[in-house]
Amino acid sequence: MNSPLAEPAIAEASRAPAVLEGRGLSYAHAGVGTIFDGVSLTVRRREIVALLGSSGCGKSTLLRVLAGLEKPVAGEVRFLGDALAEPHPRSALVFQQPSLLPWLNLAGNVGFGLDFAHQPKAARAELAERVAAAIDAVGLAGREAAYPSQLSGGMAQRAALARALARQPELLFADEPFSALDAITRAEMQALLVDVVHRWHSAVLLVTHDIDEAILVADRIVLMGGRPGRLVQEWTVDIPRPREDFPEAVSALRLAILAALRHSCQ
Amino acid sequence: MVVNLLLPLTGLLAAALLWAVGAGWLASHTPVAASFAPLPAFEALLQLLQGRDLWPHVGISLQRVGIGLAIALVLGIPLGVLTGLSKWFSRSTTPLFQFARMISPLSWMPLAVMVLGVGDAPVYFLLAFAAVWPILLNTASGVAQLDPNWLLLARSLSATRRETILRVILPGITAHILTGVRLAIGIIWIVLVPAEMLGVSAGLGYFILDSRDRLAYSDLMAAILVIGFLGYLLDHAARSLHRRWLHA
Repeated sequence: MNSPLAEPAIAEASRAPAVLEGRGLSYAHAGVGTIFDGVSLTVRRREIVALLGSSGCGKSTLLRVLAGLEKPVAGEVRFLGDALAEPHPRSALVFQQPSLLPWLNLAGNVGFGLDFAHQPKAARAELAERVAAAIDAVGLAGREAAYPSQLSGGMAQRAALARALARQPELLFADEPFSALDAITRAEMQALLVDVVHRWHSAVLLVTHDIDEAILVADRIVLMGGRPGRLVQEWTVDIPRPREDFPEAVSALRLAILAALRHSCQ
Repeated sequence: MVVNLLLPLTGLLAAALLWAVGAGWLASHTPVAASFAPLPAFEALLQLLQGRDLWPHVGISLQRVGIGLAIALVLGIPLGVLTGLSKWFSRSTTPLFQFARMISPLSWMPLAVMVLGVGDAPVYFLLAFAAVWPILLNTASGVAQLDPNWLLLARSLSATRRETILRVILPGITAHILTGVRLAIGIIWIVLVPAEMLGVSAGLGYFILDSRDRLAYSDLMAAILVIGFLGYLLDHAARSLHRRWLHA
């Protein structure tokens, strides 16, 4: 599914302009206390970054802050160079649950919100085209009239991915998007995600607790840990795709991450 | 398929048989009760359906159902949304609502007639009072069960308040509202007939009392059949509305 040409070269990626920049971010919640402190993270154009960490380390909260859904108590988020106060129209979200709207069919769900007042204006025909292209990209062409209750879990998550793609995002925020799926569907979806974001020229910030998922999908892995959470270590993944074909390199990286995890917990 | 049709038919026929036996037994004591039996009832039903006496009563009763339901919706949905959104409102009203909804609406009848006068107004009041609770409570639970990710999705699209309410919250609770409507229609239909027995001069409840006064017992039985059948149709309509909305 991935042509070598679609693979952004790592050296090139590190020179690419930043889509998202979080600097010195801290977040605290009344009653819970400081969730993370002094976190800086950059996602460059067309880069897939995996934010890896154990459950409850604050990575989902960090994603919400970076997406503009929560305000940090300190620090700043910039999206395409501008300070971010609310979710940017060129960003999109995918959650663990597909959260499709049951009263809309597939096409209605994928196109949901594209006509909202604060979205970039576009002609109806262009929006319909974007919806059709997104549905086609996730392999659901022909199911446009189906309702969420008629879709399997994997198909529903494909639809959620299509809903994000239809917004032509510069950056896709994905919060554990595949952790509710069975292993086989999950592997399919991981490959699909890499394929479509390359075709859509999107960057991805993928929050996950699955080390293998991070290694198989990401260009760069950032490990988050500690209490309050901070970024512990970072790896650039230069294993060619598909990475299943390079088991030695994958398992070496896996062991390195596991070792770092053990240290960060002590 | 045949079994699906055959079993309900068997039940209905058995009930008709019991009805015939019961009426026969009653007639052996009181000869006038013979007109309670199934055969005269069905004959009267056929005549009523062909004639013009019954239809205006049916029309007025259905109109009252519609108006009572509309009032209940207009009051119940906003109150339900408020209950679902505000903990403060919910906590200050829950005991009151639970208390009020357990009062048979018919017990308000004398008061309603005194305050609202004789006529349609007290009937509307009783129907709306009976129907508002299931709508209110189901709306509130619909709001409480909204998927937080839908609201997050709306926020990630920088949805305005109006867009969030019209495109996410209202459609998101519609299934619950429709469940409330179905329960409300059932209650309204049950309250309607006794409510129409006081102070009004038309409707199926009035028709029952009128048939009794005319000693037209077969008409009375026919009216009971019509009431049951219309109630069945109303419930069926509410169910299919619910199913269609959910595309299940």
